[in-house]
Amino acid sequence: MQNPKMKQYNSFQLTIVFLSGLLLLFIIAPIIGMFISTGYDDVVGSLKDREVVSSIWITLLASIGATLLFSLAAIPFAYFLARKSFPLKKIVIGIIDLPIVIPHTAAGIALLGIISRNTFLGKAAHFIGFEFVGSIAGIMIAMAFVSLPYLINAAMEGFLSVPERLEQAAMNLGASQTKTFFKISLPLAWRSILSGFVLMFARGISEFGAVVIIAYHPMTTPVLIYERFGSFGLQYAKPIAVIVIFISLLVFILLRWLANKKKNA
Amino acid sequence: MLELKEISVKVGSFFLKNICFKVNNGDYFVLLGSSGSGKSILLETIAGIQNSINGSILLNDKDITFEKIQNRKIGIVFQDYALFPHLSVFENVAFSLRQKHMSKKSIKDQVSLVCRELEIEHLLHRNIKGLSGGEMQRVALARTLAMKPEVLLLDEPLSALDAKLRWETRMLLRRLNKQGQTIVHVTHDYEEALVLASTVAVMEKGEIKQVSSPVEVFQNPKSTFVASLIGIKNYFRAVSFPPENETKSSRVVIEDNVSVCINASLQKGNGVVIIGGNEIVLSLEKQQTSMVNNFEGVVKDIIHTAVGVEVLVDIGILLYVTITKESLEKLSIEIGKRFWVGFKASSVRFISD
Repeated sequence: MQNPKMKQYNSFQLTIVFLSGLLLLFIIAPIIGMFISTGYDDVVGSLKDREVVSSIWITLLASIGATLLFSLAAIPFAYFLARKSFPLKKIVIGIIDLPIVIPHTAAGIALLGIISRNTFLGKAAHFIGFEFVGSIAGIMIAMAFVSLPYLINAAMEGFLSVPERLEQAAMNLGASQTKTFFKISLPLAWRSILSGFVLMFARGISEFGAVVIIAYHPMTTPVLIYERFGSFGLQYAKPIAVIVIFISLLVFILLRWLANKKKNA
Repeated sequence: MLELKEISVKVGSFFLKNICFKVNNGDYFVLLGSSGSGKSILLETIAGIQNSINGSILLNDKDITFEKIQNRKIGIVFQDYALFPHLSVFENVAFSLRQKHMSKKSIKDQVSLVCRELEIEHLLHRNIKGLSGGEMQRVALARTLAMKPEVLLLDEPLSALDAKLRWETRMLLRRLNKQGQTIVHVTHDYEEALVLASTVAVMEKGEIKQVSSPVEVFQNPKSTFVASLIGIKNYFRAVSFPPENETKSSRVVIEDNVSVCINASLQKGNGVVIIGGNEIVLSLEKQQTSMVNNFEGVVKDIIHTAVGVEVLVDIGILLYVTITKESLEKLSIEIGKRFWVGFKASSVRFISD
């Protein structure tokens, strides 16, 4: 006898399931393939390579730094966008998404136009003793430029999901606007903001185009992978790619878990 | 005293126009109106959530029109309660006290006091998410009362509750009012105005049509909204009594004077009785019909209205009887003439306090 549940699947649904499976495979297969084809010894060898280890630290720290530093302005900005209407708001929201659509090498060139040594910002930085170009500060700026939209959009979505009524209630009970923001709006939007952090951080780690233009050195891991691939070939680039993907996955899982924990709390 | 002077508000395309009224300290002020009449916007304007474009609001003779929402000393309980879902019941109730930088002990004492009053002490450590509608409302009320507001604003506080909870909440609100709490209560339900209000303001399309005592508002309605509530003119304070035995109905004694039969099973208690003016029959002699409520009375007044005639008959209480112009002529009704009035037990409604 035919299982009655089987009847519920028609050819349309089966096609959707097949196409979805194909797409998932497209994402997973190269990653798993790389893990399988890369020898354990090669990975351990890379982990002992000082250049590799320092590139990983630079990448992680620059991305965390960029995310935290820029969030100080990005979160209030997202709150402002979620709560206020003003002329040309749609255009402002469109501008936020610009870094997603422009090629990242072009973004790097554009950034260089405002932070290189002969610009006002570059000179000002030089005056107080540091450089953007070829420095971690430059890497952070390149990472932030291309990844900020993810944090702003996620935070804005989070604030939009908090009913304005709750803020009005808090103020009616005597809380100042600042207190209302920190006690009501921010905690209630926190889950979305946290996933915005994850996305911005992950996007920062993976950035190559803008970073390579502003700072070839100190070398971030994506730049190092590119350099090893160009100079020595696929076999030398693979172990580093495996390590960086592994770290990204770990961070990703950790923060997803944190976000879910918050949701169920 | 809360006083609104020519307040005008614009929200989108909606206007509140020249709102004027006074709420005395200790008053139970009911703002009555159909949905979309602007009651909630008016409440939010008093609380400072909406800004008026004209006029002034005074609280105890101090102009608070431009006072910050935080400093108004006017507490509002929203229709959807607006409890903070990420805080416990205790933290919700303590919220306003935390803004005043009170000591931990005073906060705890104050929260306990309010929660004991509202009988929600057992909920203090619960999450908001698991509370029932009735519990949420009490927590919202406790949270606002903890700030000791000069005026308590309630937006449709009874509309989301079932009959039993509505009755309990009505008792609670009346108790709070008797303890001196000034209340402004917004509703679309005339029953709430009948049983709770000391003053009623009727709102229609963004304007106040009438501000007066409930008796005046319902007997001489100046708004189509109240006038459309047919039969509301015949309402009285009354005491209900259970049936004397199995063959009898429950009775309601109106103003210690007139006892009428009611087709409902009642316990002894106080409340308001309503007799539909369209359901009262006027006759020259006592009729032998199934109508159990028959009284002889004297015509005191004849009022011509847009739809017919209202005859005011004194049967120990004053009853408004709606008849047609034809009947007026046929029965030769005149002021001072004696008539019989009759109505069925099912035409009598009793709303207990």
